Amino acid sequence: MGMTISEKILAKAAGRDRVSAGEIHTVDIDRLMSNDGTTHLTIDMFNTILKKPRIADKDKLVFIIDHNVPADNPKTAAAHKKMRDFAKEHEIAFYEGKGVCHQIMMEEYVRPGELIFGADSHTCTYGALGAFGTGVGNTDFLYAIVTGKSWVMVPHSLRFHLTGRFQEGVYPRDLILTIIGDIGADGATYKVMEFTGDGAKAMSINERMVLTNMAVEAGAKTGIFQPDEKTAEYLAACGREPKYLLESDPDAVYEKEYYYDLSKIRPVVARPDNVDDVVSVDEVKNVIIHQAFIGSCNSGRIEELRTAASILKGHKIHEGVRLLIAPASNTVYLQALQEGLLDIFMDAGAMIMNSNCSVCWGSCQGVIGEGEVLISTGTRNFKGRAGHKDSKVYLASAATVAASAVTGKIGGHR
Amino acid sequence: MDRAKVWKFEHNVDTDQIIPSQYLLLPSIDEMKAYAFEPLIKEFAGQVQAGDVIVAGENFGCGSSREQAPRVLNELGVKAVIAGSFARIFFRNAINIGLPAIICKEAYDAIQQGDVVELDLAEATIKIGDQTLECTKLPPYMQKILNEGGLIEFLNKEDAK
Repeated sequence: MGMTISEKILAKAAGRDRVSAGEIHTVDIDRLMSNDGTTHLTIDMFNTILKKPRIADKDKLVFIIDHNVPADNPKTAAAHKKMRDFAKEHEIAFYEGKGVCHQIMMEEYVRPGELIFGADSHTCTYGALGAFGTGVGNTDFLYAIVTGKSWVMVPHSLRFHLTGRFQEGVYPRDLILTIIGDIGADGATYKVMEFTGDGAKAMSINERMVLTNMAVEAGAKTGIFQPDEKTAEYLAACGREPKYLLESDPDAVYEKEYYYDLSKIRPVVARPDNVDDVVSVDEVKNVIIHQAFIGSCNSGRIEELRTAASILKGHKIHEGVRLLIAPASNTVYLQALQEGLLDIFMDAGAMIMNSNCSVCWGSCQGVIGEGEVLISTGTRNFKGRAGHKDSKVYLASAATVAASAVTGKIGGHR
Repeated sequence: MDRAKVWKFEHNVDTDQIIPSQYLLLPSIDEMKAYAFEPLIKEFAGQVQAGDVIVAGENFGCGSSREQAPRVLNELGVKAVIAGSFARIFFRNAINIGLPAIICKEAYDAIQQGDVVELDLAEATIKIGDQTLECTKLPPYMQKILNEGGLIEFLNKEDAK
């Protein structure tokens, strides 16, 4: 019986020839990433509750301030200082204001075949490069800092066969929302979502990230693609080598198989307050919006910014709308600047934010008020996610968000 | 076997409801706990008593990996979270900090807000009136972590050897 790519990565990490779904194994962690959403608490735990405080391998750690940056109040500033000081004291790689943590990890660290823990649920993004990334809390993170290890239950895999190509005006964002709408917010709980097929192979790494990033919104432990030529090109451009180039065996066992013809996918939105409440854009096309956001670890890369610019060029946003745009990293920001995209955004009346989680995090920038409606390329639309508990968030592609910002109502762009 | 008062919640309770993002960077769990479930039940933190339990439907704790979610509940004295199913990161975080997360398929239909239940963690059963509900037992490895009082206690005991 063959193994999936996920089982192979976990087998390597466990130092075994093979592992099977459902087994619990002790594994070595290749990389540990933590951001300012929780790190101040991990540091307190490190300093106060450990019998033998120690770091197994400081070179595996990455700290990134990306959630509330720049600091919005003195308590945030104190949390950031704690993180900055700890990173300096222990010689931990440290980034502040350089971009959303997952984008930085993809640009700087992630290698195919690695097992990566991040103290952030969207660590599942790294499967776009054929790595196994998964989100953990402070305690798992602390245990892994101290020991270099953790325990995992080997997950079952679901396989998503993607065939064909998207029609014009349809994007990977529409696909992943459609999939989550189909299988539900717990449709992949504790499982891997593996994407394969000619439609998957045709996607760029950035496009693959849009899919793997939201695997957790269906409850998955991770999302993953098998490494290929596009993976090799991305790594070469970043100057990195793969750890292991692994593929799923032809006789690997999947719990369930799903088939999606990309040419049949249509622009969709997820309605408040659940990511799996997915309907066609047409079904909500007269909903009035007050704010629009393009950015986040899901859709703040150059492709999404180009798409938004192509729609905004020569237009002004509606007078009742604020449009906030936060490039996912400074690398993306500079590229957008050089391509003239920022000029287009500013001419349209958008506010361009520093590279950070911004509106998607709902705590620092562009918080919305009572009764307001946001349309966003972010990851979640939970009640109160973007600010007041009685505000609403719709999730959509950058194209739909940009078009909606122009008309002031949720609407199509084709 | 202890008697516990129930706080009842719906399906898909996400971590933003358990503790909203804007409180996560406060200096301590002690400061955060006043905001537990603020978007859903504003008076929860003020009224919950040590030893109370939470009963919810499917997919409890979906969303972010913030361990602040189980920790504010633990800090408020919540003795256990009982749900039809859990999102995996919340589930793992809860066990890791020594907060029992109990999967019970029948609890959501059988138990209402304000009910008093008897919880037997060792036997994995919940008694409500004359009815005894069977819960799913944890895998032995996770049960061991929970019995030790959480993953860090587990680690500290190993380190003390």
